[in-house]
Amino acid sequence: MTWSATARGAHQPDNTAFTQQRLPAWQPLLSASIALPLFFCAGLAFIGLGLGLFYSSNGIKELEYDYTGNPGTGNCSACALADQDRAPPLRCSCSWYFSLPELFPGPVYLYYELTNFYQNNRRYSVSRDDTQLSGLPSALRHPANECAPYQRRASGLPIAPCGAIANSLFNDSFSLWHQRQPGGPYVEVPLDRTGIAWWTDCHVKFRNPPLVNGSLALAFRGTAPPPNWPRPVYALSPDPNNTGFINQDFVVWMRTAALPTFRKLYARIRQGNYSTGLPRGAYLVNITYNYPVRAFGGHKLIVFSNISWMGGKNPFLGIAYLVVGSLCILMGFVMLVVYIRYQDQNDEDEDEE
Amino acid sequence: MLSVFCSGEVVCEPPNNKLDRFSGTLYWKESKFPLSNQNMLLRGCVLRNTEWCFGLVVFAGPDTKLMQNSGRTKFKRTSIDRLMNTLVLWIFGFLVCMGVILAIGNAIWEHEVGMRFQAYLPWDEAVDSAFFSGFLSFWSYIIILNTVVPISLYVSVEVIRLGHSYFINWDKKMFCMKKRTPAEARTTTLNEELGQVEYVFSDKTGTLTQNIMVFNKCSISGRSYGDVLDVLGHKAELGQKPEPVDFSFNPLADNKFLFWDPTLLEAVKMGDPHTHEFFRLLSLCHTVMSEEKNEGELYYKAQSPDEGALVTAARNFGFVFRSRTPKTITVHEMGTAVTYQLLAILDFNNIRKRMSVIVRNPEGRIRLYCKGADTILLDRLHPCTQELLSTTTDHLNEYAGEGLRTLVLAYKDLDEEYYGEWAQRRLRASLARDSREDRLASVYEEVESNMVLLGATAIEDKLQQGVPETIALLTLANIKIWVLTGDKQETAVNIGYSCKMLTDDMTEVFVVTGHTVLEVREELRKAREKMLDSPHAVGNGFTCSEKRSAKLTSVLEAVAGEYALVINGHSLAHALEADMELEFLETACACKAVICCRVTPLQKAQVVELVKKHKKAVTLAIGDGANDVSMIKTAHIGVGISGQEGIQAVLASDYSFSQFKFLQRLLLVHGRWSYLRMCKFLCYFFYKNFAFTMVHFWFGFFCGFSAQTVYDQYFITLYNIVYTSLPVLAMGVFDQDVPEQRSMEYPKLYEPGQLNLLFNKREFFICIAQGIYTSVLMFFIPYGVFAEATRDDGTQLADYQSFAVTVATSLVIVVSVQIGLDTGYWTAINHFFIWGSLAIYFAILFAMHSNGLFDMFPNQFRFVGNAQNTLAQPTVWLTITLTTVVCIMPVVAFRFLKLSLKPDLSDTVRYTQLVRKKQKAQHRCLRRVGRTSSRRSGYAFSHQEGFGELIMSGKNMRLSSLALASFTTRSSSSWIESLRRKKSDSAGSPSGGADKPLKG
Repeated sequence: MTWSATARGAHQPDNTAFTQQRLPAWQPLLSASIALPLFFCAGLAFIGLGLGLFYSSNGIKELEYDYTGNPGTGNCSACALADQDRAPPLRCSCSWYFSLPELFPGPVYLYYELTNFYQNNRRYSVSRDDTQLSGLPSALRHPANECAPYQRRASGLPIAPCGAIANSLFNDSFSLWHQRQPGGPYVEVPLDRTGIAWWTDCHVKFRNPPLVNGSLALAFRGTAPPPNWPRPVYALSPDPNNTGFINQDFVVWMRTAALPTFRKLYARIRQGNYSTGLPRGAYLVNITYNYPVRAFGGHKLIVFSNISWMGGKNPFLGIAYLVVGSLCILMGFVMLVVYIRYQDQNDEDEDEE
Repeated sequence: MLSVFCSGEVVCEPPNNKLDRFSGTLYWKESKFPLSNQNMLLRGCVLRNTEWCFGLVVFAGPDTKLMQNSGRTKFKRTSIDRLMNTLVLWIFGFLVCMGVILAIGNAIWEHEVGMRFQAYLPWDEAVDSAFFSGFLSFWSYIIILNTVVPISLYVSVEVIRLGHSYFINWDKKMFCMKKRTPAEARTTTLNEELGQVEYVFSDKTGTLTQNIMVFNKCSISGRSYGDVLDVLGHKAELGQKPEPVDFSFNPLADNKFLFWDPTLLEAVKMGDPHTHEFFRLLSLCHTVMSEEKNEGELYYKAQSPDEGALVTAARNFGFVFRSRTPKTITVHEMGTAVTYQLLAILDFNNIRKRMSVIVRNPEGRIRLYCKGADTILLDRLHPCTQELLSTTTDHLNEYAGEGLRTLVLAYKDLDEEYYGEWAQRRLRASLARDSREDRLASVYEEVESNMVLLGATAIEDKLQQGVPETIALLTLANIKIWVLTGDKQETAVNIGYSCKMLTDDMTEVFVVTGHTVLEVREELRKAREKMLDSPHAVGNGFTCSEKRSAKLTSVLEAVAGEYALVINGHSLAHALEADMELEFLETACACKAVICCRVTPLQKAQVVELVKKHKKAVTLAIGDGANDVSMIKTAHIGVGISGQEGIQAVLASDYSFSQFKFLQRLLLVHGRWSYLRMCKFLCYFFYKNFAFTMVHFWFGFFCGFSAQTVYDQYFITLYNIVYTSLPVLAMGVFDQDVPEQRSMEYPKLYEPGQLNLLFNKREFFICIAQGIYTSVLMFFIPYGVFAEATRDDGTQLADYQSFAVTVATSLVIVVSVQIGLDTGYWTAINHFFIWGSLAIYFAILFAMHSNGLFDMFPNQFRFVGNAQNTLAQPTVWLTITLTTVVCIMPVVAFRFLKLSLKPDLSDTVRYTQLVRKKQKAQHRCLRRVGRTSSRRSGYAFSHQEGFGELIMSGKNMRLSSLALASFTTRSSSSWIESLRRKKSDSAGSPSGGADKPLKG
């Protein structure tokens, strides 16, 4: 019977700032002296940044050519027609002629662009085995199940590299030729096919399996290339530092795009006479047309572009900054007007009091 | 021992909840005995002045009348809880809709594009058609988008409520020093509803009052005593009381009795005959029983505390009521024992409102002493005392103005013959077979006339500390207070006045006392008509009536002027019937104050239920006794007053503390904060989940509806648990908009909770809209930037992983800035959590994308190297900045404009506080009502007639002590103790008197 409140609460609650909810605190209030300068400063900063972005984006040159070869669009149509309903396609070549009236300032980057290509499809983007690609010998011959149906060949041989991403490796190739004088011979412009992937990708994420007897081919023995590939992975490039899983074309392709239209770096033009850019003159791009895209309504483009401090041409960012900056300023004025009027009203109210 | 009774049989009514009625028949030894309520003891009764008695248990356990009165325990949930459940259901529906849309999208996409894309991405073996693919995609999306359904919400809400409950438990300002009881939140689920209370139902005794009567002042033959005077003879202020009067001259004095005016004692010592007669009356005219265990140790057993107070006062002033027999009363008058012969007790009842005794003093003179309500008694005085009458009336008015209960005392000398004749008539009347009551009343009436006025007493029914202030504050906070009490009407009305619920400023106080359905209906109708008829210019105006128009159920709520309703238990029974309850509710709700008196525990619950059902308002019931349990259980929130007596109310309650005045702090501070915090928390929580999840939806349109997530799987896992949970929890636990003193100073700050303004369906949709808006920007701005962008080294920027990191980073930053905006009270903990969350996000990001983890589990940590590569890009940071600004600026602008154009009261209070640190007195809303009160008499014997009959019959004197049963469940511990003692006593005692039925 003695169970009562007294027995329970015999001791007084602690008198601390925490228990009494008196913790010292900063109580910001969205007053005019904070909000208005915030808006004006943000607006000004954004407009400044936007102008910078806009002009640097505008200063970037871009040259692109759709070589998909839809009927009546240049001389790749023949290849396009040829590739219908065939996989893997036969080798077919076509070219793109263009001329530069003035220097295309360097460094110039050569991209290929694919549209309507869903590298971001979930089933597509999981269809890879990063353990295999990291060069683990055990994983090499036991590709992950995610790779299905490109996990093993019909013969039972494991596929290396496995998966839909690897299987669909972009295999068109380009060479650039420059005619210095009209009527003169075309000279091949050296394309630097290295340094087009992230360092971490080439050195950490992608690694070749350990060499067997000094040979990469032996290391890949017992595996089969993906069905679409005409040659095995260790023969992607003659350069031993750029073949196998660490082939940079391959690495670039394996870094899947976020959006169905994407651009991937093909080569950098920075050697010899072309380190400052592409001089004016006539150019020819020789395209080895292997990669079928018309079946699903895709397009293939070649893009020449140079870059600025903020990367490639990107009009969106500059315009967005300008718009947002102006809106901030506009909003700032609206708020200022409201504030002044409200202030008057408030003073009147106080007078009435 | 009871075996002799074995042949007996009781036939009685079935178990019911009527406390005042019982009918049954006892068959024993071939004879019948009628059993009525007089023979019943209710569960929880205490036998006083009785060593033992025999009884028969008629109903036990749940069949007892008291248990029948207690309501069923229901699981209590807050309205926000219910709303939350609805919203979660809606969100679930929304999720399914999104799933369906995306599934249809997937089917179309697979049919149009995916089918032809099979050269690169063949369908899974099991998928044979676009339709089936869509079906699978539906389930995939349900899984991916399930984060809109806030699973962790429930856990977080409980954590926050737990925190709030601890704050209530820890509150020093709700700790009662005297009883050393802290406030206690006994449930942790109702906190935010404390911020929404509209109706408070309060018990009276033990809750509003201390149930202690104190003899405070008196007026004796035109002179008023009892004012506390300082040295100069002016009325002293509180807090500088002089020494109380010293009663040491009187060995029989009760030293707990305090009186402050020494002049009264001087008058007694001087032998002033009026004063002596005054106290003689007090010591004779009552029905108190005395008990003297040891010489000089007197204990008075009074049926009502008023009587006890009066007799105790007389005792201390030297007129000690010592003992009584059926025919005599012994009084020690200034040290000498005088025995009066008790000739008659003209007992109190509700209609007479007075009681008298007729005594013969040792000299043989017969005198009638009468005390009673002033309204009644002043008409029955001898006309020769006009002057004295007017002075006394002034005094009475003055006492009433201070909220004291007054009684008028008078006497009349009777000569022997007259008395003899009158006694005969009385005997005849009492033997009359029909209308005995009426006849007796007229006989009494006859003798109680032409009396000589002696004076008046003023008794203070001691309120709990701070009750009037609390009620005033709660009223200003728009909380309606209804007093539901078992006490009789006069007592309840008196308390209503003294705690400022009723004031004389009120236009009218309606009293409903009808005994039949028709009478009650008529009275209610009249009340309504009066309220509607009154000129609308009266009163302080219903300024907020337009705002609340949505809540008006009838024009009656907009009635001008202040009204109050007092309704009696028997009328209430009719008013609560199905066809009249709405009428009653309408009338009652139009009144500022409602007092229901003489209500049974079940009726209390019914009243609460009625308001709960029809007003859609949050109700709070507060009480201390077992009779409040059902009301406490029924109301949305039950508050038990602890530490008084008994624990039933506390055990049934949701919150308990020991003083009524803590209610204001519980509601206006804790409740208000809880509500505010909970609403802010919920808004933010829904917002952040929608902003987070809806990005997947937009991405679906660009990834072939393939259920690809935008973020890294680890980010999805950690977002709700690690990156965003703690800042919002800290806000939910610690946030304050205005300091606690301000919530007391501006009770109107409480209103948003009552009107449910801070979180309702509309607010929910605003949050959702903001979340969706954020998600749109969160996806489309990076989309716009990334579409054709390249990094500053020429390589591709728009790879999936960089996109994921960019969106995730901007999301974390945006929601962190948003919580920063929402947090109104940045304690160190808030700082720590908000900055910590951001820091931990980047720390985890870099750790997850580190080479080491990749080397160990290449397939689990595919994002290797991503953080350093992506976050090194100026474009990415420009994107994040842009996204943040676009998401946040509109919110800032909106809040600023709202602050400027339509500020809430809390905003204004904060602003005022910021601008002028010093507080302005004129802003205080607390009105101090200078009250001019009419006179109210409080002949406040409680529930029943006094013991007059009992005393005169002498039945109670048969055993050495008195067998009185009174219905006091309050003293639960003691009654069980005494019951146990009785049991053991009776078990041990020899048989005898076993057949004697208990009377009384």
